[in-house]
Order: sequence, then structure tokens, then C-alpha cells
Amino acid sequence: MSTNNTFNTLNRRAFLRNSSLAGGGLLIGFNLFQACKPKVIAEPAIDLASLDYNDFNAFIKIADNGAVTIFSPNPEVGQGVKTSMPMIIAEELDVAWDNVYVEQGILDTNNYTRQVAGGSQSIRFGWDALRQTGAAAKQMLVSAAAARWGVDPSECTVSEGVITNAAGETLGYGDVVKDAAQLEVPENVPLKKTSEYKIMGKDTPNVDIDKIITGKSLYGMDYKTEGMVYASVLRPPAFGQKLVSYDDSAARAMPGVVDIFTIGEKLRGLAEAVPRITGIISDSDKIVVLANSTWEAMKAKKTIKAEWEEVTKAESTEEHDKILTNLLDGNKFETLRSDGNVKKALAEADQVLERTYESPFLPHSCMEPMNFFANVTEEKVHLVGPIQTPEGTAGFVAQLLGREADDIHLEMTRIGGGFGRRLYGNFAIEAAEIADKAKKPVKLVFSREEDMEDGIYRMSIKYRIKAGVKDGKVTAYHLKEAAVNSNMYGLVPNFFPAGAIENYQVDVAKYDSNITTGAWRAPYTNFLAYAEQSFFDELAELMEVDKIQLRLDLLDNVKPEEDERIQYSPERMKEVIKVAVEKSGWGKKPEHVHQGFVNYYCHNTHVAEVADVEIENGEPVLKKITCVVDCGIVVNPLGAKNLVEGGVLDGVGHSMFGELAFKDGKPTANNFDRYQLLRIKDAPVVETHFIDNGLSPTGLGEPTLPPAGGAVANAFKSATGNRLYKQPFTKTPELLKVPEKEIIG
Amino acid sequence: MPTYQINVNGASKTVDVAEDTPVLWVLRDHLDLVGTKYGCGIGQCGACTIHVDGTAMRSCSLTLAQIDGKSITTIEGLSEDGTHPVQEAWKEVDVPQCGYCQAGQIMTASAFLAKNPNPSEEDIENAMNSNICRCATYTRIRKAVQIAAENMD
Repeated sequence: MSTNNTFNTLNRRAFLRNSSLAGGGLLIGFNLFQACKPKVIAEPAIDLASLDYNDFNAFIKIADNGAVTIFSPNPEVGQGVKTSMPMIIAEELDVAWDNVYVEQGILDTNNYTRQVAGGSQSIRFGWDALRQTGAAAKQMLVSAAAARWGVDPSECTVSEGVITNAAGETLGYGDVVKDAAQLEVPENVPLKKTSEYKIMGKDTPNVDIDKIITGKSLYGMDYKTEGMVYASVLRPPAFGQKLVSYDDSAARAMPGVVDIFTIGEKLRGLAEAVPRITGIISDSDKIVVLANSTWEAMKAKKTIKAEWEEVTKAESTEEHDKILTNLLDGNKFETLRSDGNVKKALAEADQVLERTYESPFLPHSCMEPMNFFANVTEEKVHLVGPIQTPEGTAGFVAQLLGREADDIHLEMTRIGGGFGRRLYGNFAIEAAEIADKAKKPVKLVFSREEDMEDGIYRMSIKYRIKAGVKDGKVTAYHLKEAAVNSNMYGLVPNFFPAGAIENYQVDVAKYDSNITTGAWRAPYTNFLAYAEQSFFDELAELMEVDKIQLRLDLLDNVKPEEDERIQYSPERMKEVIKVAVEKSGWGKKPEHVHQGFVNYYCHNTHVAEVADVEIENGEPVLKKITCVVDCGIVVNPLGAKNLVEGGVLDGVGHSMFGELAFKDGKPTANNFDRYQLLRIKDAPVVETHFIDNGLSPTGLGEPTLPPAGGAVANAFKSATGNRLYKQPFTKTPELLKVPEKEIIG
Repeated sequence: MPTYQINVNGASKTVDVAEDTPVLWVLRDHLDLVGTKYGCGIGQCGACTIHVDGTAMRSCSLTLAQIDGKSITTIEGLSEDGTHPVQEAWKEVDVPQCGYCQAGQIMTASAFLAKNPNPSEEDIENAMNSNICRCATYTRIRKAVQIAAENMD
């Protein structure tokens, strides 16, 4: 593949030097070479391998036709960083975006740090370093031009890759790039003011749009090499089971089958060194079918007769339900935050409200099923595919195979959805063990059924919230979490209403299951926001106060300057609330429109959402969500709006429909016939507004999701009078209807 | 294994595959037409949508016998250079996020608009409800299909 050549060439020749522009942040250098003639529009794709490179550094390249190539370091899962990260570099480099060609960077721990798609942090962490990278390159180019003219660099100006001196003479970046490459890399270069931005802040289409709409090879599923075989794996049919024996005689006789063997030994070796690996991958032996095509591998696998034994007990949703309720009723909690004395304040309260909220397991359902390419040779381990954590996964593969970290060459493809599932590289680890045993290039492909049955799921969680009110004020708030496998962590216990209520406590308890669980877009908050914000609505009803005023009054109590754990800003939160009230027409809607309000902070971003449920032919229908976001500077408004809409609708879809139940250790659904995802008919309109405050960018991939479920629940309550305590909401369809007498009335 | 002649994107191709091989895998693994995507394998998600004599069908659930003598169009053959009105509308609206399902969405939309050039909003929703987008690009799919319909007149 031509992209392959590009990466190899770069790796050998262009990554030779390393710069530390960012001083502790993301390390990004740049590679400049060849002449850049002013005002020449680039061809959309350039043959990078044919260019004569200066070994200058990685990441920015300028060719003689005026094209600038920028390598985007982080995995692209649909969050848009392959467009927005290069925009930041291009802005400070001062080149025309039309002349920029973007390539996905490979895993390169010498030149980049945090090549991760996770936690909504790519832009936030990359912000300073990416700008410095562009600005430092520009300064070196200007210095080189100034030296050639014998003038001071301060006398030169730059526009779109053309340097102009006081006498009006011009040089293109390409004319001076060889001189510039010899200069020291400057540090702490002055950056542009936001008012000077020409690229950032402008709607910029997805850099891969032409390839996507014409069906070009982009994804791990599409990757092929000469001599590659396809692997389909027969896995334990239920959690807690291990392979005893198998008969593959029928499969071996089938057309296209290359080999059949088991894997597991190397993985168990890795699990000895890294015990947590068994939390994401079964250590049972698995049966691998290698064939000349995907279909032949999948088809042959179905004919294998395998015997499995139960090693640990098969679990069920019914059982989890009881266990989590018992945990909430019990006293085996770990306290994550405790202010004042919640018990005393509740005892002294005039009014007490206690409610419990329930959520199911969820699969990630990435449209591109899990897959990975691996080729293990003496020279290197070549891995290609969709992965949110390339560095961590490469490290696991090195350990698995007993190889040096430098032996692992990992290329990231465009990713057909991540949602947290591809933080866990179990499929890449499996592909490596298979390729090592097969001694040939292998592409491991999960069927949809495997993808759903052998997931690393969002765990089932229950929240119980108890609040006390005295003299018209909320005096106590006690949040209890009971979860399968793992509990909330990090700063989540310090999110709102921490700091707003004098007596405040967060307690967590967990049950260890043999079902593999992990991060799912906006971990914990994806459900907690709905529970908390439903609760505040109900609390306001109990107190007979305005729902939004209650939230604003609580925010008045918050003093982040007195508590470093509190990172949300009451002022920024009040601003998104104010704008959401205004933009959604809160309180000014006709009688048949019922609204639900939520404000929330996570991933460093403040969000307010209003859901509109309208009564149509007597039925409540979710029509619209207004979403107001403060994520600081918006690098690419078009991509950001897309991401906001996607996040909101993800929250809507999963709170309405998402449920993966277990019986006898197996999910009761394994494909989209019995597992319901949001479809277009059920998708409300999303209206997006960004707060323009010029502050540094914060997260955007996740924070619009958590509030959506709460906004929907609060709007349905307004429309039907029914509170929704269980997700998915469609599980209790009777609560989504308007009581008959009200329709008549 | 039997040999089949199939007509894909205006060219006749010969493939040597087992008779039960779904057209999806023939396209992807044997003809290197990887724009048609595997999503569910049971005709539920629409990522594998192709045109069979102009009708949108799920290639994961089609056998070679079912397309015998028929013309197949995949995303690669929808237009020569990505300028079909639906592709252009997709670009204008910047529909995709991860992009994986979008070839299927475009193939569903283009077959639908060929038969119903003046659709109502409800028609569009009914037609596009068969395709799942996990990134939930639905608000933009609605808009792009409308724009394409206007531009196809």
C-alpha cells in the first residue's frame, strides 16, 4: 500500500532528529523540505515517498508544489482530531489550509506523547504544544528568509506561506526551508491572538471526506497485504467458561481453511506479569481458524465442536439486580468524599427525598467490529488497525511476545467508532499471538456476534441519592453508587453538587463479576448525570421552588478557590444555564411542548441541555434538544457541532433503548436484531450553541452525552407526570404515555 | 469451487468462490471493493448496502445466485469521481463522523432518490431508517438527502 511506503520512508529518514518544543507536553517537531513556491495550489494527494526530504524533524512537511503535509498524531475515531489537530499547527505555521494535506501519524513515542483517543483530551492537552510547533516552524522560516535578505526578522511579515520584507520582496517557505532546517528550534515562541486566527474558528470539512464518500480503503477492516490470511476465533460461549476439548475435523476439510490451532498460552504469560489484563480478556484457550477469506474463516468456525467447562459461576442480570440493591442497602462502602455530617443533617432535616436509579450493561456497538492486523517476523512486529491506545497496546504486545518496544511498529487506521471499546487492545493482543503462531500476516476479524458477546461493557450501576432540606435550603446530599466491577474514580465525586451543599458524601461499593467491563463514552457520568439531574428536578418539586433557580442558588455556594478538587466553574456553569434558558425558549413554549432541563460538567466542559417533548396525537414525542456548550475556543466549529450532535443523540439513544441483559453468563442479544440502537426516526433535532469566551479548549467528545438522558427524562416527566428511574426508558413503555384522563381533559 | 461472472460497476468480473459466499465478502475479499462495509451480517444495519439493478439491497444477505445476470453498483461505482448529487450533498453538509456506515447510507439514499426524487421529510425518514449510524449523524443525513433531492431535479 502506498501509505505504507510513506510511513516507512518517514520512519527511516524523517524521524531522525527529535525536538522538545513542548517541554513536558506533547512533543511534536516538524519536517520541512523542498521549495515552496508562493500561491501554488496543491494537488489533493502528493507522492510523499518520491520527495527529497531534509531530515529536519517529523510532522510538518512542505513540498515544492506548495503543499504542506501535517501528520496528525492521535487516533481518529470520528471525534474529528485528524482535522482539528492539524488546523492548530497550520494556524500558527501560517499556511493556507487549502494547501495542507493531512496524514495519520504512526505510533512514535520518540516524537509524540499521549497518542490516545480517550477522555476527550486530545485538543486540551495538545493545544499549547501544537501551536508552539507551528509557531516555532514559522519563526525558523522567517529567520532564514531574513538572514538571506540581511534584514531583521521583525521586519518580515508572513501570509499563507509567503514571507515579505519591508522592501516588498517575497520568499516562499520552500525557498528557505533548507536554511531554516539548520537553525536551532526556538522555544516559547509568541503565539497568535485569537483575533488573528484565519483557520481556527472557521468551518472546516473532515479531511477524509472524499475518501469516505467514495469508499476508499481507510479502516482496519479494509487493510490488506500480500499473503495475508483471515482469522476467526471461537471463544468461550459464556463468561466464566474455559475450553476443554474440540473437534475441528469438519472445519479442516472446508475450502479455504489454512490452519486451525489454539491460542491462550502467551496471553496467560502476559496476565502473570500484568494481572489486570484478565479484566479485559478471557484467559481460556480459544480456537483460531485461519482461512483465505473472511467468510471461509467464519463459516468453518461454525462447524467446530467444542466442549467448555464452567470455571466460575454463570451470572445473570436478575442476579446483578439483587446484588446491586443489596449493596445499596448494606454498609460496605468506600467513602470518596465527605463534607460536614450528612447523617446528622439528614436527621435534622424538615424534608428528606431518597430515590434510586438503575442502569443496564451496554455494549459499545462500534459499527466497525473489532479487528487487527499483525505480522510477526524476526525483524519486527507489524501491527495495523483501529486502536484508541496505540502506545499501551504496543507495550502489551511487546510483553506478550517477549520483544523490545522498538520492535513494535504500529500504524493507526481511521477508526469506525471507539466509544471506549478500543481503549482495550485485547483484539490486537490476540492478533499478535495468532500471527506469531501462524508465522504469516494475519487479520483478525470479529463477527458482530463476537463483538457483542465478548465485549468490555459499560457495567450495570445503581445510584441512590438522599437529600435533606431544612428551612428551605438543601442541607444534605448523600450519593451512593453500587456497580459491577468498578466504581467512579478521579474527580467525579467532586463534580457538582460537591462544594454546593454543606453536608455532602459520596460512597461507592462494587461487586466483582466475571463479565468483562470497562470505559464506555463518558464513564460513570453517562448515567450519573441523568440520576443526579432527575433528582434535582424532583427535589425542586418537593421544595416547591423553580427548578433552574434551585441549581443557580446551589452554584452560588461553590467556592473552587477554597477546594482544589473542585474544578467546575460556577460562573461558567451559570453562563451555559443562562444561554440555554434563552435559546431553548424555556418557560415560553406553547402548552403542548414540555421541556426538561439539565446542566452538567465533565471532561472539563460545562454543558446545559433542554429537551422538548411535544404531544402529538395524544402521544409524547421527543422533538428537539437544545445544547449549550462551553468548551472554550472552538477549533473547528463544523466538526465541533457534528460532535455535539453525535454526543447528544448517543445519550438520547442509549437512555431510551440501550440494554444488554445477561442470562447463564451470556448476553441475551448478540446483534442489531435484538439490540436496539437509535435510528433516524427516533432522532430529535439538535440545536447547538457554543459559548464564545476565548478560553483554552476543553473536552468535547464526551461531555454532551451525559446530560441528554436527564433532559429527556425531565421532559417526559413534564409531559406525562411520570418520573423515570430506570434506563432504558422504553423498558417501561407505560411511563412514556400521557395518562388518559389528561388527554381528555 | 464454482466460478461466477458478476457485473460490478459496469465491468464483468470472474470470481472463484463457494456458492454460499455473501456478495458482501465477494466484493470485499475477492474484488478489493472495500467501500461496502461489514456491520452486522444479518441485514439489520445497512452498512453493506449496494444497488442491484438500481434497488438498494443488503449485500451481506445476498448470494451470487440472487444477483445472477443483474448489475451491481457499489459506492466505488456510484459516480466516477465522487460527484453523484448524494455524495456532493454528503460533502456539503459534512455528514460523517467516523464514516464507517456512510457508504451504506449514501447507497440507500441514492437508490431512494432515484425512485422518489421529490420526497417529503417523512419519506426520507422512512427510507433512511433502515441504516444505523452509531455516531448518530442523523440530523445531517436528513439535511443531506434533502439537498441531494433538490440538486437531482
